[in-house]
Amino acid sequence: MALLIKNVRAIDPSCDLDEVVDIVIQDGIIKEVGQNLSIEKGVTEDYSGKIALPGFFDMHVHFRDPGQEYKEDIKTGSQAAVAGGFTGVATMPNTKPTTDTAELVSYQYEKAKELGICKVYPLGAITNGLKGEHLAEMGSMYNAGALGFTDDGHGVQNGGMERTAMEYSRQFDALIISHCEDEGIVGKGVMNESPISDHLGLTGWPTLGEEIQIERDIELAKITGARLHIAHITTAKGVEMVKKAKAEGVQVSCEVCPHHLLLNEELIDSKYPVNLKMNPPLRSKEDMLKLQEYFIKGDIDCLVTDHAPHAEHEKNIHFEDAPFGIIGLETSFALIHTNFVVNGKMSYQDLVERMSIAPRRLLHTEPVQIKAGSKGDLTIIDPDKKWTFENKDIYSKSKNTPFKGYEFIGKVSDTIVDGYHSYQDFKLAK
Amino acid sequence: MLSVKHLTDTNELTKDDFYQILDTAKAFEEINSRPIKKVPALKGKTIVNMFLENSTRTRSSFEIAEKRLSADTLNFSSSGSAVKKGESFEDTARTLSAYKIDMVVIRDSHAGAPELLKNYTDAVIMNAGDGKHQHPTQTLLDLYAIRAHFGKLEGLNIAIVGDCSHSRVVGSLVPAFKTLGIKTTLVGPRTFMPKFVDQMDVNYTSNIEEVLPEVDVVYLLRIQLERIDSTPIPSLEEYRDLYGITQERYDMLKENAIVCHPGPVNRGVEIDSELVYAPKSRIIDQVSAGLYVRMASMYLLLGGEVNGIAD
Ligand SMILES: [Zn+2]
Repeated sequence: MALLIKNVRAIDPSCDLDEVVDIVIQDGIIKEVGQNLSIEKGVTEDYSGKIALPGFFDMHVHFRDPGQEYKEDIKTGSQAAVAGGFTGVATMPNTKPTTDTAELVSYQYEKAKELGICKVYPLGAITNGLKGEHLAEMGSMYNAGALGFTDDGHGVQNGGMERTAMEYSRQFDALIISHCEDEGIVGKGVMNESPISDHLGLTGWPTLGEEIQIERDIELAKITGARLHIAHITTAKGVEMVKKAKAEGVQVSCEVCPHHLLLNEELIDSKYPVNLKMNPPLRSKEDMLKLQEYFIKGDIDCLVTDHAPHAEHEKNIHFEDAPFGIIGLETSFALIHTNFVVNGKMSYQDLVERMSIAPRRLLHTEPVQIKAGSKGDLTIIDPDKKWTFENKDIYSKSKNTPFKGYEFIGKVSDTIVDGYHSYQDFKLAK
Repeated sequence: MLSVKHLTDTNELTKDDFYQILDTAKAFEEINSRPIKKVPALKGKTIVNMFLENSTRTRSSFEIAEKRLSADTLNFSSSGSAVKKGESFEDTARTLSAYKIDMVVIRDSHAGAPELLKNYTDAVIMNAGDGKHQHPTQTLLDLYAIRAHFGKLEGLNIAIVGDCSHSRVVGSLVPAFKTLGIKTTLVGPRTFMPKFVDQMDVNYTSNIEEVLPEVDVVYLLRIQLERIDSTPIPSLEEYRDLYGITQERYDMLKENAIVCHPGPVNRGVEIDSELVYAPKSRIIDQVSAGLYVRMASMYLLLGGEVNGIAD
């Protein structure tokens, strides 16, 4: 089966491409990129006015499968992903049971493959049951396809355990992803520790609780030589530590979520908005603005959503009891495009670097490029489309997002995975 | 008329609101000194006391206030109710709301519970304490008792001593004191203070003896014994040594100064046992003030006129 994409502006900084071209994809592989191309048999579609980018990759999502399929499952999670332009995602292991065995890694791989909607790369747990006590079978999980390891949802509290995990990971050169949270300092914190948390009578989750583990893990990466990736970074100081360590040659990288780039604690008021409760929490406005700067400059390596679906009855309760997290796959690109690309603060090239290239490079998964021989994973956007984010735009089973009613410029129109449309003309493909 | 529809947060109250409630409460004090204390002010109104956190004192005060105003009441508490069987807050709230009630008095261990309740009912909401956030009627009764003694509020100098961090009593007192022109000093170890106390509109000291000779009111907070497990202080004995009102410290107070405490008192911790009802103590006046200000707030929120009851 062949697909001919006509007249699309293709942008891929990895092969210095930014021009209006035709693209031929055959049997899942890009056959040719050039002018005035034609095919003998297959489908030809005109994409004038649209932009083709290497398929987006989100290395931090929660698909809740197995165990909490009432929140999300691999199918609905994949649908939300392709609606947001993602051709690949890495799923966090805090499933029920925890993804801490090769069998559970294989389960997700198989299920996603059967569905064929989006590529799903399960990450494995660092410790059994995310308890921080006993090293999980990283080797078997790695052999089953786990590209990285994390106890996301928790920081590994015991520094010795984290060190062991880093040392052990080296034989696979697998990525260690750290959710940085010192539980002794954070305690039962539910929002950033600040005069606002004092005022609202909510327990604070101080920046220190995150930064102290970033610092520890950087030191551990330094002595172990492991590859460390700091998950959902939220403070300027955290990024500065990562930046300094990189300059010293430590193999460390970090990611940021759209909500930490664009929202801050000042939005949390006496209405106790539960969709602004996430972990780590929304920080100060100053931190938010600094994160934007570091994201644009590239000190923050990549963008992730931390897509964290929760059912209505779980999330819409007392702020203190509500679970942490929001969904994010459907809004990620539009938020970044509207706030940074449209106004020229960030180029498409840099967006591709943060949303497509860097995550694959960090996880050592196959790069996706717009050139002959590459996998046919493409995200096509309509850069001018104005739209308002509403319930009907949500494909996730859960609707916990603070962005309903937000107005965006630019929307993903098509998501092509291995040469086939998973999302076509702003709709899920059959 | 009050500027607010609900009484949930003292930050929302104007100076005028405070004085309207306090003045109306004064009229209710007079009624409560009569042989027949019941008035038909809220006859035909239905009030639900939704106490999802135990509190015998506050609840009794509200119940008596409602009875004296002739309101029909329904008590809904967490123990033995559907809440214990896992019914959600939303379901409980919607169910109670279906009875077309006029007012809900809510006490809940979660900050923001009254705000959440607004999503499910049109009834007037009276906050009887939400988590570590607000406790407005406690503040009103404190103001009432203090004003009764001094005849004024503006210009007074008040020290609040104890566990101020995430205390709903402090959460409501501090903004009220600010609105009313009262000088506030928080006293206690740093572990008992809001993390950003230095950025608040209050003074702070860890030396109680420094403030005792200066203040008009020393307001003692109850030490929540369960908080000691999270070790903000090493022991109750050490707390008494450093911050407790002993005879010696009591004697440091100004002639006309008073001691307040929201109760119940941990005798021998916040204040020595023999001083609980000493001449400067206003602890019992606070309890009766609770009745008057609760009657006044319910009456005003449900449409009563200031001085309308003074027949
Ligand atoms: Zn996390």
